[in-house]
Amino acid sequence: MKLIFEISKPGRSAANVTASDVPAISIEEAIDKKYLRSDLDLPEVAEIDLVRHYTNLSRRNFGVDLGFYPLGSCTMKYNPKVNENIAATPGFIGLHPYAPDEFAQGNLQLIYEMQKYLSDIFGMAEFTLQPAAGAHGELTGMMMIKKCFEVKGEKRHLVLIPDAAHGTNPASGALCGFDTVTLRSNSDGGVDIEHLKSLMTEDVAALMLTNPNTLGLFERNIEQVAQIIHGKGGLLYGDGANANAFLGKTRPGDLGFDVIQLNLHKTFSTPHGGGGPGSGPVGVSAKLVDYLPVPRIIKNGQDYNWSDNFPHSIGRVRAFYGNFNVVVKAYAYIRSLGSEGLTRVSEMAVLNANYIKEKLKPYFDLPYDRVCMHECVFSGKRQVAEAGVHTTDIAKRLIDFGYHPPTIYFPLIVPEAIMIEPTETESKETLDTFCEAMIAIAREAKENPQRVKDAPLSTPVSRLDEVLAARKPDVVWKKTG
Amino acid sequence: MSKANPTDRFYSKDHEWVKDNGDGTAIVGITDYAQEMLTDIVFVELPQTGKKVAQGEPVAVVESVKSVSDVYAPVGGEVIGVNSKLENDPSLINQDAFGEGWIVKMRLSNSAELKSLLNVADYEKLIKEEKH
Repeated sequence: MKLIFEISKPGRSAANVTASDVPAISIEEAIDKKYLRSDLDLPEVAEIDLVRHYTNLSRRNFGVDLGFYPLGSCTMKYNPKVNENIAATPGFIGLHPYAPDEFAQGNLQLIYEMQKYLSDIFGMAEFTLQPAAGAHGELTGMMMIKKCFEVKGEKRHLVLIPDAAHGTNPASGALCGFDTVTLRSNSDGGVDIEHLKSLMTEDVAALMLTNPNTLGLFERNIEQVAQIIHGKGGLLYGDGANANAFLGKTRPGDLGFDVIQLNLHKTFSTPHGGGGPGSGPVGVSAKLVDYLPVPRIIKNGQDYNWSDNFPHSIGRVRAFYGNFNVVVKAYAYIRSLGSEGLTRVSEMAVLNANYIKEKLKPYFDLPYDRVCMHECVFSGKRQVAEAGVHTTDIAKRLIDFGYHPPTIYFPLIVPEAIMIEPTETESKETLDTFCEAMIAIAREAKENPQRVKDAPLSTPVSRLDEVLAARKPDVVWKKTG
Repeated sequence: MSKANPTDRFYSKDHEWVKDNGDGTAIVGITDYAQEMLTDIVFVELPQTGKKVAQGEPVAVVESVKSVSDVYAPVGGEVIGVNSKLENDPSLINQDAFGEGWIVKMRLSNSAELKSLLNVADYEKLIKEEKH
């Protein structure tokens, strides 16, 4: 497919602007010459070229509205369109961010209620909806922990992070000035309690724990973990990335977590990544309420107002009040499912993952063979040993079957990892056909390994040279001739 | 297949090697087994010379097509040199992990730490276990 620069013809235009009654001036008069460039070669195309170009590009895209997308740890679930319809209501999208509180009561009420819902669902004292995305929520949570110990006059400089953690955890800790220490997993895939005891001192500010962890396993000793941390005056930070595995079943607050950050796109079906923006609400236990970002919303009788009057607050972390319209979508999702529906979410997420785990277990190595939560992690070790077929080859071959490949080579503690998260929104029929594809690839890896190594075979571009692309990236188009 | 692990150096459980120069300095790299697991290395983040690290702390970062991994200092000390050839050609680690692909040169803060590392026989036992 040609680039838009390559279909450009000088003088061609997609727009025909009628003559204006404002007198024209030359561009040099309006803009200082030093800012003007003549070497930009902007594409010149007709409307039909433009429409076809981008329509063709979009047809090569893959999304959850097109097919199954079992990208482990990312929770690529289907987002009900009703959320979009509600979020598009003029009262939500038309409100000016500087509108005074009295003109924005409905929106403020929604924010207030959303905070209450999340506090109830997760068992926390209070929530902030300000952070712009999950990793920003992590940073906000760690800033509150830092502030808390500053106010108390305690010098704690370490943060413990399990070896199966998301890469953002150590980054968030480091950005707040903490040194990170890696906590080992035991052979069961959980926290190594003895190692935790040996690391836990009064220098440790917090343990950042994802539960269920990135192996899709629930930390069985969570209450003991919380006791060990709290026993030395530390705080327990929860990465809520995998919250869709326990909605309605357990609450982090009841398990001893002091902070939990959510990713609304994972748990409450708002758009993902480039389709975002994101939203990363953070909930805190009573110990940390004073440090929440401002402004906070307060309810006086029937009125909702912003307040900055919280002297220990870490301050603002985001302009205005976060990505409000994303919050509206998550609010719509919570209201349309209700508490029974949210409980069904986690039941179906866990059931679907276990279904895939059991169906594929005879064909792929399963490093941690126990009941999983919302995702299961296989290893391609057997295929490597038998036929030199690596996990990356299996993933590329899945593209030929019409699937987005699962997450591979993560978590790092599983060699040749294949991390599958079916999510609660997929039917048994979808899971069955996906498993059939995986089984066919496992068979093909034995019988015709070269075919798997050459995959994908049916895509507009075949296997890319990722090594060359990474070592010698060439990302700027230059006009030739 | 894997190249033989040289007998003139020590190994860490995290697949780094360290070669004692006998003058209080040592050369550090990652093993051939490590580069094989990482696959094609596309970037190496080298430390500044003068950086001080304790045993087991990250001293460099290697990025492969598959993942980004810390290189942990198998012994503590001060970085006194880096293999700047890796900046332009990170594949040196893939080609020659025990030689041209060395990563940092360090002045040891405590040469007794070398004794806490594995010898070649123990390291090969460790690899064998990992493969199963």
